[in-house]
Amino acid sequence: MKDALDENMPRKAWLGLMAKAKTGRVGALLDGAMTRPDFTWLRVPEIGSTMVQGRAGATGAPFNLGEMTVTRCALTLATGEVGHAYIQGRNKDDAEAVAMMDALMQTENAATLQVQVLDVLAQEQADRRAARAGKAAATKVDFFTMVRGED
Amino acid sequence: MYVAVKGGEQAIENAHAWLAEERRGDTSIDELSIAQIREQLALAVNRVMAEGSLYDPDLAALAIKQSRGDLIEAIFLIRAYRTTLPRFGASAPVDTGRMACDRRISATFKDLPGGQILGPTFDYTHRLLDFQLAANGETPTARTRETTPVDVPHVAEFLNREGLIQEEPRDDRTPPDLTREPLAMPAERALRLQALTRSDEGFTLGMAYSTQRGYGRNHAFVGELRIGAVPVEMDIPELGFAIEIGEVTLTECETVNQFTGSKTEPPQFTRGYGLVFGQTERKAISMALVDRALRWEELGEDNEGAPAQDAEFVLYHADNIQATGFLEHIKLPHYVDFQSELELIRKLRRDAGADAQMEAAE
Repeated sequence: MKDALDENMPRKAWLGLMAKAKTGRVGALLDGAMTRPDFTWLRVPEIGSTMVQGRAGATGAPFNLGEMTVTRCALTLATGEVGHAYIQGRNKDDAEAVAMMDALMQTENAATLQVQVLDVLAQEQADRRAARAGKAAATKVDFFTMVRGED
Repeated sequence: MYVAVKGGEQAIENAHAWLAEERRGDTSIDELSIAQIREQLALAVNRVMAEGSLYDPDLAALAIKQSRGDLIEAIFLIRAYRTTLPRFGASAPVDTGRMACDRRISATFKDLPGGQILGPTFDYTHRLLDFQLAANGETPTARTRETTPVDVPHVAEFLNREGLIQEEPRDDRTPPDLTREPLAMPAERALRLQALTRSDEGFTLGMAYSTQRGYGRNHAFVGELRIGAVPVEMDIPELGFAIEIGEVTLTECETVNQFTGSKTEPPQFTRGYGLVFGQTERKAISMALVDRALRWEELGEDNEGAPAQDAEFVLYHADNIQATGFLEHIKLPHYVDFQSELELIRKLRRDAGADAQMEAAE
């Protein structure tokens, strides 16, 4: 079971990374890296929702918080690899690009795409996150104690 | 009794055309774009997402534009759209401990791991109108400070270690869903929390305020308030494992309430919980206070008969779309109903008049 889990880790990581990419970014980077191969749809892009759950008191019993929009699709390359996409929002082009990337990452193109697409996305996300964290840090309160009067 | 009548098609069409023109306003003024609303009226967008119960900033911005800024109308549009979407599944419960916090404050502990982070808050502003915003000002920039990522543990965890606060035992049952099954009483806490997170902000604020003023008194401290982004993870059957499908910004409020103990519980602090889509802190604090008030029964407290302790009253009146639907329907044609009322009043008056005449004659 543990092996099966570990085996899925890279795919889990790249799908999660691409789901959080800015609109149009995965497709743009993919097209910059290579020409997209032919494919057939297993499931054409479809817009739907996911019910997001929270936990009472952050750690307790789950409850339904509300839905978010999600677009999903699945395709297969002529060489047989299957790619899936489940991404936040309502952008069918993005979903197609993610599913294409997911399939291509199972081919000999993986190394190139890792560098030219995934590493770039990861860096962009890290930069965005760091920029926000830096602004938050600037609003962190530094307490200092006034000299007390009773001495 | 209903009687079908026809008519008014042309009037309705013309009303809609005028509405569209009024929505656009003076055409010598630039038209608002969806992106402008999303970026510059973000808190209105957040409220529409929270109460519309659908996280999608672009759709919420579109709804605000279409509704001319009437947020309840915008929420109505989002709720209606939501029902057209196929449901792909449910996420794993979000882990707010992993939140990338824009804001994180505690009113109970000054020096807490991770620190007090004010974030982009209205607190400490002077609430004076800023006329510089009316002029075309320069682009404002936030200051930054070098930082390394640190864990930001929940405040309740510190109290938990000493056993001073009531625990929230983890369980993994599938929660009830009021979008699938109508809200029914008694409502367990999971159902109450779902109803509260999408409830009207004004109503929830009023209910929460009533508890502070002594109706079902439970003195609340904001143990912690945090706002930030959390990843959303969902099991994908085709893959056979879970992946992150996106990220949502949430506001979470945990209150710490005094509790002197009851027949079933020792003296300890108790908790109220608020979790809401977007940067929506007034709503999240209100939700936490109302959640705590509604827990009187499970904590073995007395029912003081306060409105905020009455789950049926709170939950059946908290939804602004249900409320406005019923409220506004009374302005639609009720000609036949009213005709019968008119007949009745006329008859009563005739009878009363006849009686009076008889009395006068006697």
